[in-house]
Amino acid sequence: MAIADLANPSRFLKFANRTLPWLGGLTVIAFAFGINQAAIAPDDYQQGATVKIMFLHVPSAWLGMLAWGVMTIAALGTLVWRHPLADVTAKAAAPIGAAFTLMCLITGSLWGRPMWGTYWVWDARLTSVLLLFLLYLGVIALWRTVEDPSRAARAAAILTLVGAIDLPIIKFSVDWWNTLHQPASVFRLGAPTIDRSILIPLLIMAVAFTLLFFTLLLAAMRNEILRRRVRTLRLLQANAAS
Amino acid sequence: MQATAHVDFIVAAYAAAIVIVGALIGWVLLDYRTQLRRLADMEKRGFTRRSATERTGPTAEKAKADA
Repeated sequence: MAIADLANPSRFLKFANRTLPWLGGLTVIAFAFGINQAAIAPDDYQQGATVKIMFLHVPSAWLGMLAWGVMTIAALGTLVWRHPLADVTAKAAAPIGAAFTLMCLITGSLWGRPMWGTYWVWDARLTSVLLLFLLYLGVIALWRTVEDPSRAARAAAILTLVGAIDLPIIKFSVDWWNTLHQPASVFRLGAPTIDRSILIPLLIMAVAFTLLFFTLLLAAMRNEILRRRVRTLRLLQANAAS
Repeated sequence: MQATAHVDFIVAAYAAAIVIVGALIGWVLLDYRTQLRRLADMEKRGFTRRSATERTGPTAEKAKADA
């Protein structure tokens, strides 16, 4: 099946039904391996055992941003190319991205309290991630408020494109401003500053979280296509009754 | 620093992650079942998609006539 064929919702449903069990299985295996590696990883010489929170916090932060990246591409697909699955993708990704961003905020607070002495500080990194979470809620609210899916898609796409400005702000906030949050330690110019004994479990957990994201996204997209079919049939029923 | 000094924060972080991921998985599965049930309900009433109609026979026109 060519990738272009997936633009057809029926073909996409067949693809999703075939792919989801494999993707789900891979996700479970990746998490089992990642959690095992995270459990046996040594404590950090400064942060002690609290470094284990990093195996949740960092991947969830990456996924929170990746989901908005996916929504941004989908927004372009909606506004520029009018791709049939673009707004389905954007709508399906929003709650998943919001959940990962919420996980990032909660685990970050729980890591911050023992390390910084506070659950929260209004510094640039934390505030820009909180803004991302609020943007997710805004997009979800838009989808729920506007009844016509195509109108909702256009409104959500515009908000998504505007909100994409927050992504580089999140990434570079630790370089542009003085923040309590540590600077980039994995994706940076030069080698990562994390020791391999901690970096490898972190990367495995990142792969597991990424697989989880795409599994949930595919399943949520399948649900959204079915929801639109139900809506179409209900409109048909209403027309038949009138 | 002792390994168990902040164990409550670590446990709370993993518990929060489990709750959030569990809620996401539950939402996706429940939503899937809900949409399948609604589709089946509509088909039972004779409303099917055109592409499905070509395969199975019942049409919205027939349903309209029945109504």
